[in-house]
Amino acid sequence: MYEFLTGPMLWVTFTVFILGCIYRVVWYFRGLDWKLDRVAYKADMGLGLKWAWKSIYHWLLPFGTFSWRRKPGMMSLFFIFHVGIVFVPLFLEAHTVIAREHLGINWPAMPAGLADALTVAMLAAGVMLILRRILLAEVRVLTTANDYLMLAIAMAPFITGILCRLHVPGYEGWLLAHLVSGHVMLLAIPFTKLSHMVLFFCSRAQLGMDFGIKRGGERGRGLVW
Amino acid sequence: MPEGKFCNKTPIQTEEALLSLLSDTRGTQYYEEMKSLEVNKEDLWNRIQKTCKSRMRTWLDICAHCGLCADSCFLYLVNDRDPEQVPSRKIQSMLRTMIEKKGDVTTEFMIECMNTAWSKCTCCSRCAQFCPHGIDMGQMNSYIRGLLFSQGFVPWEMKIGSGMHRVYRAQMDVTTEDWVETCEWMAEENEEEWPGLEIPVDKEGADIMYTCNAREPKHYPEDLAEAAILFHIAGENWTVPSEGWEQTSLTMFAGDWEGAKMQVDNVYAAIERLKPKRVIGTECGHAHRATVVEGPYWAGRASGKPPAPYIHYVQWVAEALRTGKLKIDPSKRIKELVTLQDSCNYVRNHGLAEITREIMSYMVEPGYFVEMTPCKEYNYCCGGGGGFNGIGRYRQQRNKALQTKRDQILATGAKLVISPCHNCWDAIRDLEEEYEIGIRWSFLKPLLIGMVEIPEHLQPKE
Ligand code: SF4
Ligand code: SF4
Ligand code: SF4
Repeated sequence: MYEFLTGPMLWVTFTVFILGCIYRVVWYFRGLDWKLDRVAYKADMGLGLKWAWKSIYHWLLPFGTFSWRRKPGMMSLFFIFHVGIVFVPLFLEAHTVIAREHLGINWPAMPAGLADALTVAMLAAGVMLILRRILLAEVRVLTTANDYLMLAIAMAPFITGILCRLHVPGYEGWLLAHLVSGHVMLLAIPFTKLSHMVLFFCSRAQLGMDFGIKRGGERGRGLVW
Repeated sequence: MPEGKFCNKTPIQTEEALLSLLSDTRGTQYYEEMKSLEVNKEDLWNRIQKTCKSRMRTWLDICAHCGLCADSCFLYLVNDRDPEQVPSRKIQSMLRTMIEKKGDVTTEFMIECMNTAWSKCTCCSRCAQFCPHGIDMGQMNSYIRGLLFSQGFVPWEMKIGSGMHRVYRAQMDVTTEDWVETCEWMAEENEEEWPGLEIPVDKEGADIMYTCNAREPKHYPEDLAEAAILFHIAGENWTVPSEGWEQTSLTMFAGDWEGAKMQVDNVYAAIERLKPKRVIGTECGHAHRATVVEGPYWAGRASGKPPAPYIHYVQWVAEALRTGKLKIDPSKRIKELVTLQDSCNYVRNHGLAEITREIMSYMVEPGYFVEMTPCKEYNYCCGGGGGFNGIGRYRQQRNKALQTKRDQILATGAKLVISPCHNCWDAIRDLEEEYEIGIRWSFLKPLLIGMVEIPEHLQPKE
């Protein structure tokens, strides 16, 4: 089972994940319509791209936007959660080994201690995000079962991963659970809200262009933060 | 009853239909009929499939339900943080349901949507600045209004407003004759005090073509006279078109996209006919948004620009002060605390925040200008935007919404509010009427006329 999940299944999962993401991005950009969206994408491409980039950049920067600065607590949870979820899987030593042995790609690894710290922080942030959903009325009203499912899918590989790492009894089982949940997460990305992994950039780029091209970008006051 | 006499899916096309709808005082029968107006589910679903493309779908799909947009919305705040007023919630409760049910929704649902779309969101787009995913609920709400309009679920006043544009190409029943007469009348009225004052109609190739808000000729003709006087003092070569002078668009508030195109086409035709070097619009935010920011798209102009450079009144004023075409008499500068209302429609939605501050720097004695908090692109809607001001059915909700601006103004300590936007001006007038906080409010034009130096050759001869 281990061999299958780190071997052939890995290829399948990666293919579905990558093609799925590409499909969503292509579908997004093909579905933009200058008349319906009321943005002169083509006519003002230069200005548009400049503001698209600005919009993405500022939102990826802690304290980079007015909105982030106003909510430092939520901002921290957001960044800790996302830094963990993006960097740990990519640079964990055990993963780089699999990448080398099964996919033939050489990849640098991060120190084990750092990976542990990031994982724990990410999980703690996840728990806080769940509490936030329950405690704040304005978030509770928006929350659906699906939102919890997404958090569960995103956190499961990390919970099982850290359990393996700590060598809690039942190692074999946890490892298997870790592999399965990892696959589930990757496979879920193109088909669920987790697609925001790529669509975040698309949507931000679009709004950046919108504000940049017609809502003040030419005066240097496009989407303002 | 599938469709009513007044409340139906057909937009107003004729003067007769318009007058008949107007005769239904406050829309009593109209709203009664709406209760049994049937939803054309197939048409609704078709329309959604054709127009709800990847941008909107993605917005709906990826909304993280994080609630960061909640307290960006003044309506959420002013209504005691009612969870139903969280921007994302409002949109999801309408559009998401329509899509999930593939258009198979009930009349009651559509009426509920109408109430939300027109009384819980002014399309001010403030929330768009606070959402990590860049989801613009103002745009979505305006999209939903379009769907509702196509099914006849639109407030009575909005249906009338859209009808006005379709029949008269103006938000009020000001005909071409009325308009031209008002121009002549205003010129005559002020000629004595301002020798040589003219309101030239249909002059070709002028430097400036001026357009305005139909409320002006209809209810405040002095505004037109003031514009003329300022152009006269500045020595501008200007004109107004006999047709295509009305710049506002209640069709935009109503979600009547077909009507919005008719309206803006009319203005652009005037530009193409008179070939001015540029066009200047009056002090109105929604008029600017309709004709300059969104209009080019309704008219199908791929450049996203009107046929000639088209600026807001504050842009002209700043330029005239900067170049010395208008000079402020230093002794007449404002020497009392004064604040400024930033209209969402040309500030947040067109980046004109600094230019109004530049104007203040000329008009107000240093130390007397106080900003509202927040201000500029982060300013809150006046409380009456997106048609809210004009809809009787939602008067109570609108009055509640005015409290945000009331408190912002009170916090500045200023008794004078400058509001270079017609709609905001109305809202501020109404808030004074409702809450009596003892403030005055003004457009730029009358203040400027009281403050500018009159060039020698224009001074009345003794
Ligand atoms: S801030 Fe954006 S992503 Fe978060 S709930 Fe509001 S609309 Fe959704
Ligand atoms: S557009 Fe304005 S009124 Fe509408 S939800 Fe957003 S902030 Fe509130
Ligand atoms: S009336 Fe003024 S403040 Fe209110 S939405 Fe319109 S532009 Fe904004």
